[in-house]
Amino acid sequence: MTSLTEKRAPRTQPETRKIRGKVHLREHLMGWLFVGPFGIVFLAFLIAPLGYALYLSLFQKKLIGGTSFVLFDNYVKAFTDPSFLSGAWFVIRFSLVSIPLQIIIALALALILDSVTTVFARFSRLMIFLPYAIPTVIGAVMWGFLYSRGFGPLTDIFGLFGATAPDFLSSDLIFYGLLNVVTWQWAGYYMIILYAALQGVDPTLYEAARMDGAGKWQIATRIKIPLIAPALILILVFSLIGTLQFFNEPQILRYLAAGTIGSDFTPNMYAYQQAFSLANFNYGSAISFALGGIVFICVYAFLFFTRKRRSFL
Amino acid sequence: MTDHTSVRAGARRPQRYLPLQILLGFLVIYFLVPFWWVIVNSSKDAPGLFGGGNTLWFTDQVDYLGNLRQLFTYDGGIYLRWMLNSTLYAIAGGVGATVLAVMAGYGFAKYRFAARRFSFAVVLGALMVPATALVIPTFIMFSRLGLTNTVWAVILPSLLNPFGVYLMHVYARDAVPDELLDAARVDGAGEVRTFLQIALPLMRPAVVTVLLLSAVASWNNYFLPLAMLSDNRLFPVTVGLGLWQGIASANNAGTTSLWSLIILGSLVSVIPLIIAFFSLQRHWRGGLSVGGLR
Repeated sequence: MTSLTEKRAPRTQPETRKIRGKVHLREHLMGWLFVGPFGIVFLAFLIAPLGYALYLSLFQKKLIGGTSFVLFDNYVKAFTDPSFLSGAWFVIRFSLVSIPLQIIIALALALILDSVTTVFARFSRLMIFLPYAIPTVIGAVMWGFLYSRGFGPLTDIFGLFGATAPDFLSSDLIFYGLLNVVTWQWAGYYMIILYAALQGVDPTLYEAARMDGAGKWQIATRIKIPLIAPALILILVFSLIGTLQFFNEPQILRYLAAGTIGSDFTPNMYAYQQAFSLANFNYGSAISFALGGIVFICVYAFLFFTRKRRSFL
Repeated sequence: MTDHTSVRAGARRPQRYLPLQILLGFLVIYFLVPFWWVIVNSSKDAPGLFGGGNTLWFTDQVDYLGNLRQLFTYDGGIYLRWMLNSTLYAIAGGVGATVLAVMAGYGFAKYRFAARRFSFAVVLGALMVPATALVIPTFIMFSRLGLTNTVWAVILPSLLNPFGVYLMHVYARDAVPDELLDAARVDGAGEVRTFLQIALPLMRPAVVTVLLLSAVASWNNYFLPLAMLSDNRLFPVTVGLGLWQGIASANNAGTTSLWSLIILGSLVSVIPLIIAFFSLQRHWRGGLSVGGLR
């Protein structure tokens, strides 16, 4: 994916440059002058906090005896803490269901919009993308209303068929309630990225395939999808990173779904509670770091998996 | 074979595929339902909201103006303040992050400087760091510096946008020819002038895309301001509405009027971004394809 293709591409450039002559001091200076301001922000708000979180996570604060160095005790505690483990298990399970669902919807929509060229199709493209412009918090608030027994339409709609409305805020169905909110929010954004990638494909390829007798379905699966595979992998990785850090939607819906969503529903919510409600910054940092570790492992496992399968894709 | 000929014929006129369009129609309804619900229900007063009846249609009493007045005057006009805060955070964070990302992306793409490849690899690695994992340590660092509960606590961390750097790097590499830059230098333009007058106009689609993505990220941010701010007059609208939602849920009976404020507040809060997206559509769509395709 990004890192793999990226690292490979620029490699040829410096080598050709070297042949032309030595790199001037001026070029070093100008390069750092352009990259420097970002570099400062990067060090201050990414490297420093990460290092500090790692440092914090190695200590424990006790009422008696104050703060002491405990090495990995916080991590041992986290990985044996049922709250953290159940939250981590939830976000992993949720990723496994929600990401394929969103990508399949987004891909199908992008392929439809790439072949249907009416005004209505253009209008649909904008409307389906619209939820991306909505803050996730507001999206969760809106769906919370739609789910609610008091003023949501579900009671009426199911009442028409004489059925009881499902309560998407109950502990049995909250998984699906959140799945719907997330799909609604992000499928359109992924669709736009895939659509943009499809639009960049050279149309003469389709013409050539038609000459060879390929049908629409074959063109879609054998030409379009393989050609936009890099875009697919990019959005898969970003949605994986985002979903594992799930916070906004459950945090907002927990007000409505009292008792269903606890403060340890996802690892991020648990870290937030530990740090900001209980002022336990050491353990909160350890949870954040443990979550970061899970994200890294999942992303790299995914990249490894897709790299192996690239010929298949 | 019939399939083959029909495709050929279809290439000349707009492609319709009626069943697919009907499918699209259903999907559009699904994606618009929450908006419709909010638009309908922000016209209602508290009795209309709770009085039963059709929740997907208007009641006899359509009172947008009255509700708007209530929204903007409630608690000393705090809602307007939240909107202005969100605007400030989105513009300051968005513009700042974009300027840094454009410069860095251009620098990485066009200069061979020491440790360039290593630094760029580190930036790419940072794409995978969960942003929220940074909030707790940043909070403690800021509280040591006395910066928590100020606008800087929200704006400064928003300046970091590694994905923007990646996007600008890819775009600058492909859209700005080295020969053109060399020609400008031969003509005596300095490095800064070459960047501003030659490279920047060529990178415009990607600049707009990064600007929009950073501004949206700042506008939508919830976790960071929620952690950093305790004074509700500094809240962005996301945290503010979350606060109202919590209050309204906690004592359902006493604050029925707050629900109609939350509904209308949600509607009003999404209007600026929708306008921004639609009016800038032409510019950002070209930039979006960059990240994925190459």
